[in-house]
Amino acid sequence: MTLLVKGGRVVNPAMQQDEICDILIENGKIKEVGANLSADGAEIFDASGLVVAPGFIDMHVHLRQPGQSGKETIETGTKAAAAGGITRVATMPNTKPVIDSAIIVDGMKYKIEREAKVKVEIIGAISKGLQGQELAAMGAMAKEGVAAFSDDGRYVENCDFMRKAMEYASMFHKVIIDHCEEQSLVEGGNMHEGVVSNELGIKGRPAVAEDIAVARDIFLAEATHTPVHIAHISTKNAVELVRQAKKRGVQVTAEVTPQHLILTDEALRTFETRYKVNPPIRSEEHRAACVAGLQDGTIDAVVTDHAPHEWEEKDQEFNLAPSGFVGLETSVGAMLTYMYHTGHIDLMTLVNAMSTAQAKILGLDAGVIAPGKDADLTVLDLDKEWTVDSSKFYSKGKASPFDEMIFKGKAAATIVNGEIVMKNGEVL
Amino acid sequence: MVSIQGKSLLGLQGVPKEEIELILQVAKKMKAVVNSGNKKLSLLKGKSVVNMFWEPSTRTRGSFEMAAKYLGADVINFTPRGSSIQKGESFRDTLLTVTAMGVDAIVMRQKQEGSPWFADRCVDPIIINAGDGAHEHPTQGLLDMFTIQEVKGHIDGLKVVIVGDIDHGRVARSNIYGLKTMGADVHLVGPRTLLQPELEAMGVKVHYDLKEAIQDADVINVLRIQKERQGIGFLPSAGEYNSLFGINRDRLKWAKDDVLVLHPGPMNRGIEIEPDTCYSEFSSIQEQVKNGVSVRMAVLYLTIMGGDDVDTTR
Repeated sequence: MTLLVKGGRVVNPAMQQDEICDILIENGKIKEVGANLSADGAEIFDASGLVVAPGFIDMHVHLRQPGQSGKETIETGTKAAAAGGITRVATMPNTKPVIDSAIIVDGMKYKIEREAKVKVEIIGAISKGLQGQELAAMGAMAKEGVAAFSDDGRYVENCDFMRKAMEYASMFHKVIIDHCEEQSLVEGGNMHEGVVSNELGIKGRPAVAEDIAVARDIFLAEATHTPVHIAHISTKNAVELVRQAKKRGVQVTAEVTPQHLILTDEALRTFETRYKVNPPIRSEEHRAACVAGLQDGTIDAVVTDHAPHEWEEKDQEFNLAPSGFVGLETSVGAMLTYMYHTGHIDLMTLVNAMSTAQAKILGLDAGVIAPGKDADLTVLDLDKEWTVDSSKFYSKGKASPFDEMIFKGKAAATIVNGEIVMKNGEVL
Repeated sequence: MVSIQGKSLLGLQGVPKEEIELILQVAKKMKAVVNSGNKKLSLLKGKSVVNMFWEPSTRTRGSFEMAAKYLGADVINFTPRGSSIQKGESFRDTLLTVTAMGVDAIVMRQKQEGSPWFADRCVDPIIINAGDGAHEHPTQGLLDMFTIQEVKGHIDGLKVVIVGDIDHGRVARSNIYGLKTMGADVHLVGPRTLLQPELEAMGVKVHYDLKEAIQDADVINVLRIQKERQGIGFLPSAGEYNSLFGINRDRLKWAKDDVLVLHPGPMNRGIEIEPDTCYSEFSSIQEQVKNGVSVRMAVLYLTIMGGDDVDTTR
């Protein structure tokens, strides 16, 4: 099976390449990249006027299986990914049961094999049952191929436990991903603490909770000479802590979500649960600091923290509804509209943050367009105008802070292992 | 012509001055009715009002019920005890059920901030917020302003000091929004753990010293200190609160000679306010209760029937 992607503008950060050329794909692998390629009998994908990027990755997604298939499944979540231009997701282990043993990883791999539309990496738990007390079977899970370890949704409270987890995970060359909010400071809080939370009378989750947690993780990573990845960074001080740590040579990386780059807590004034998320959507100074962090490379990756919930769960009073909302089908549009077209970042930075850098953090052989690599590609139509309609999402989750917004820019096609799995918004 | 017909009263934030003035002016006429021998009007005859209180309340619920009945409306009280809420029915479904019974207005008190906004998006009847968590309690704000205007003749330019637990205080927020709109000079004072300095973004002045705050005050609005705030990091004890922020006769000397003292009730005498103050000539605390009924009559009448005045001979 041969596919020839013709005439696209190839933006390939790993090689600092930005030029119009063709990509020839054979048997799921990239065979050749160059000008005026041809191949007898090949299926032609006309990419003229479009951008061709290494397959986008989203290393922070909740596919909700096992155990919460009312919220999302491997099938629906990966269809959502394909629709959004994402060729590979990493799914978090805060499931029921928690993904904290090799046998559960094995079961997941079996389902992924049969049901997934795009590639799925599994993130194993750091602690058994996410309790933060006993190490999960990291070695056994590493052997089954998990991509990283995380207790996402919860901060690893105990400092000594976190130190040992980092040390232990480093034997398998896997990164620890931490959800950084110091629990005692955010207990009972439902939105960013600040002017707006004060006006609304809602108990806040202060930025300092994240600052303290990020500082602790950086110092532990520094002391143990092991890597740590800061999940969904969202505060000004946390960005600055990562910036300074990187200068000192600490092995720290960070990711940010579109919601923390684009939205502010002013949106919460309507009390709509589609804006409720942890860490919370923060105020303008924090948002601006996240953008600056993405611009100067302090923040490596852009991820969604795609966290679907059932409609009934989000259709509640603000304080009672669970935190989290979907993002896989809006991240490309949101980033192109509010980060690229506004001139905050260039296309190379965007593609790097949504693909190449994430492959590097997880140690994946991906995120690059080169002969011999898997033919995972994201094709972008930079100028396509469209309106977000959550009722049309492939995801089971319909709560989105970007619902009804008008975007400029969209994924035109998603190619996984040389197969077109999405074209013009239709998952095939 | 100013009219608030068909409009929900969710909070006082953003409510224009003309609308507040309209409510206060109609409330004055309603008060004359409350004070008269025959309180039964037929202004809301054929209309129905439901009181939905998810939180225990005696005075506010009673006040709304009385107000609706004086106007001739049919009132039902809907309380969680024994209702379908305890059977796990969702908030939306409960609202839809009540709406299907054909009510014109839903008066609601709910523990969760913002729930009246949720209700207003779910169903058609007028929603009157009777307190949503720590957020707003607009009719309390209105009755406090009505009382101030009645005693002082005006609101603009007055120094109004709100004392107590501001962070958890829905009465405080509604007072702040309404009083700022009406041109008062609003000051807040209380312990640092119950009063965030960021509140100054609302256009008020924040103090942590009672004497400094109530200097030359025209009005002191004393808020209830919830007993559960003691001993969990907010306050060492009620006694210490009393020694730092309790309002007594001696401390009133720091304010203007004709200072007006308000309290939304129920009072913790000996904690936030002393008997020598709450029953004194400075206090209008009992009058506030009467004014509560008048203001709620005005709100129910104006939101359901509209107009820019009322004929209370009907």
